[in-house]
Amino acid sequence: MRVALFVPCYVDQINPEVGVSVVRVLRRLGVEVIYPEGQTCCGQPAFNSGFFDEARAVGRHFLDVFEGERFDHVVCPSGSCATMVSHYYPFIFKDLPEERERSEVLAGRVREFSDFVVNVMGMKDLGVHHKGKAVFHCGCHQRRELGVLGEPRELLSNVEGLDLLDWENEELCCGFGGTFAVKMPDVSTAMADEKIKALEKSGADTLISGDSSCLMHLEGRLRRTGHDTRVLHLAQVLDADDGKAG
Amino acid sequence: MPTTERLDENVETQKPARKRETEDHRQEGLSSGVGGFNDRARRAVADEELHDSIELFTHKSVAGRNAVLDALPEAPELRERAYRIKQETMANLDRYLEQMADAIEARGGNVFFAGDGEDVVRYIGDLARRKGAKVITKSKSMATEEIELNRRLEEDYANLEIVETDLGEWIAQLAGDTPSHIVGPILHMNRKRITEVLSQTAGEELPPDVEALGSFARRRLREKFLTADIGITGANFGVAETGTICTVTNEGNARLVTSVPPVHIVVMGIEKVIPKFEDLSAFVQLLARSGTGQKLTVYTNFITGPRAEGELDGAEEFHLILMDNGRSKLLGTEFEEALYCIRCGACLNVCPVYRQTGGHAYGSTYSGPIGAVITPLLKGHDEAKDLPHASSLCGACWEACPVGIPLHDLLLKLRNQQVEEGLAGKAQEIAFKGFESTMKRPALYNISSKAGRLAQKPLLRDGSVRPIPGPLRSWTDSRDLPPLAEKSFRELWKEGI
Repeated sequence: MRVALFVPCYVDQINPEVGVSVVRVLRRLGVEVIYPEGQTCCGQPAFNSGFFDEARAVGRHFLDVFEGERFDHVVCPSGSCATMVSHYYPFIFKDLPEERERSEVLAGRVREFSDFVVNVMGMKDLGVHHKGKAVFHCGCHQRRELGVLGEPRELLSNVEGLDLLDWENEELCCGFGGTFAVKMPDVSTAMADEKIKALEKSGADTLISGDSSCLMHLEGRLRRTGHDTRVLHLAQVLDADDGKAG
Repeated sequence: MPTTERLDENVETQKPARKRETEDHRQEGLSSGVGGFNDRARRAVADEELHDSIELFTHKSVAGRNAVLDALPEAPELRERAYRIKQETMANLDRYLEQMADAIEARGGNVFFAGDGEDVVRYIGDLARRKGAKVITKSKSMATEEIELNRRLEEDYANLEIVETDLGEWIAQLAGDTPSHIVGPILHMNRKRITEVLSQTAGEELPPDVEALGSFARRRLREKFLTADIGITGANFGVAETGTICTVTNEGNARLVTSVPPVHIVVMGIEKVIPKFEDLSAFVQLLARSGTGQKLTVYTNFITGPRAEGELDGAEEFHLILMDNGRSKLLGTEFEEALYCIRCGACLNVCPVYRQTGGHAYGSTYSGPIGAVITPLLKGHDEAKDLPHASSLCGACWEACPVGIPLHDLLLKLRNQQVEEGLAGKAQEIAFKGFESTMKRPALYNISSKAGRLAQKPLLRDGSVRPIPGPLRSWTDSRDLPPLAEKSFRELWKEGI
């Protein structure tokens, strides 16, 4: 199994440790991992702001880079960026037959990280230990466009020592929404506050998600409001024992 | 951008919001392209009473909806069927409207095609004048809210009294307020406020209990029901093959509005037509279940023209006004699906933005996701430039929509339309041109990354980027911003993982 890693630009620049964890987990599963170094961003910020021409230009670059590689799947540690390629490339290229076809071919091979681990590799228990009481936040694209909701939960429920808690209104968006967070700052922050209220009520000490962008938003608000909740990407939890195993 | 926005009158009538303590720097930021929604939303977010009212209503609605839809195994098929019916109807809308008009005329009813709100106001006003009407009773209708029918009739036709008879709408009317939710018009008012409004109308202090308030409303409204000269309703659905108007209510008021006065006028948006009577089985179920969490509403009414010979009730005279008001220009466009809406309000109830702000923050008749979509479509971007941005694009609206309108995709298309029409503003245009140039060129991306790491050094404090003037201020005012990592993933990869 050969996988081309698609590392979202903000993971590359802000949370590189998430990418490192993904590589380590995949290698542990016996997957050959390549990283096409010409990759930058999928274009979602421009797309979400309505700048479709600019998003298409960046999308073409993405297609060029990944088409130049040999792989079985593209794996991305973000439901949102995976959705941009798998759902919204065909959407923005719908009137351009050549690029539409190219994007549809690639779309069929893009997998969000937990989707790949569970559904392609057939692995549900990675045999890791991680102590804590956690809630899982599923990003909205992953939940609704990809429908990959059970997979991360299944992986986490098999982590020894990890108590996966329910939390109120868990389906609510965290309020990030890309440029929404800066265009509508009051509403965006109020949305984060509602998540944090539910998190507090759940008694969790750890917040886990498959999307670093949701985590950046929630962590930004958690820290500003004086919370020391641990904030981790799913791949980081699955990467290695926390050293507290018996 | 406008620096001062007209304050929404309705927001003004709510409990005064806590003043934001920090100075508003957002004009420096990316949010500068966005106008009135932010100002109204900020006030709404700070209004705890409003938040409690919204929470109470939406929680109940969502729980009710989920329960009755879960109990209906064929719900996904119904949704699919409803979507297909709407799709086919829109493709042949002119034919279905004609068929419906013919059916009604054959039953002795009158049909009028209204291009806009002005046409509707003239038709009703002139009819009222001819009839010497003094009192008009109305049941709840968003189409008439959309054109501000009450205000315009009362302004243009002296001595005409228009009385809303849906309890919520009536209270809104007494308070000089507008609906903040398609289904629950006064969900923004709590019991204290409702008691105030009704006490003022009664001229005496009423006790704040449901029974006393309801009993007062019943007495007052009954007088109006019995003296009305004309009754006006909307239409939840209009059936082309039979000319039947279907209305759903829980208070029975629509029955008194349509059966006591000698004249019944229906104001119906042209998109409300469905081809066959049997199609109602899908739509009525979806509407009640999605809107109020009921299998059926308490009253589901079918009215086909005026009272016929030998019938015991119904108005002597029946008028159907088919209102376009911007709808037909969406036909055949990429926005056509916006016309599939059956006004159930489910998208409002699940929307995390609506949940924080309520309906008045949208500054338009229709609020929530569907309002953010159809307001700019019906009224133009100038009237609602900020609404397509009042969404995190989470897709909860699309998931909840009983006819499967991809609302968040329509919001994206509207954002794109603004860009194409040059409405996004120079700052954003420059920013995204820069984004494109950088992201197309890995070398430039790498240089920008290194430059960013150097530039942020003096700005770091306790592991975060401290608040700085400029585009990111609207983030850093309320949230910590993580710095760029010392080494990017691609650098770590090159070094070997």
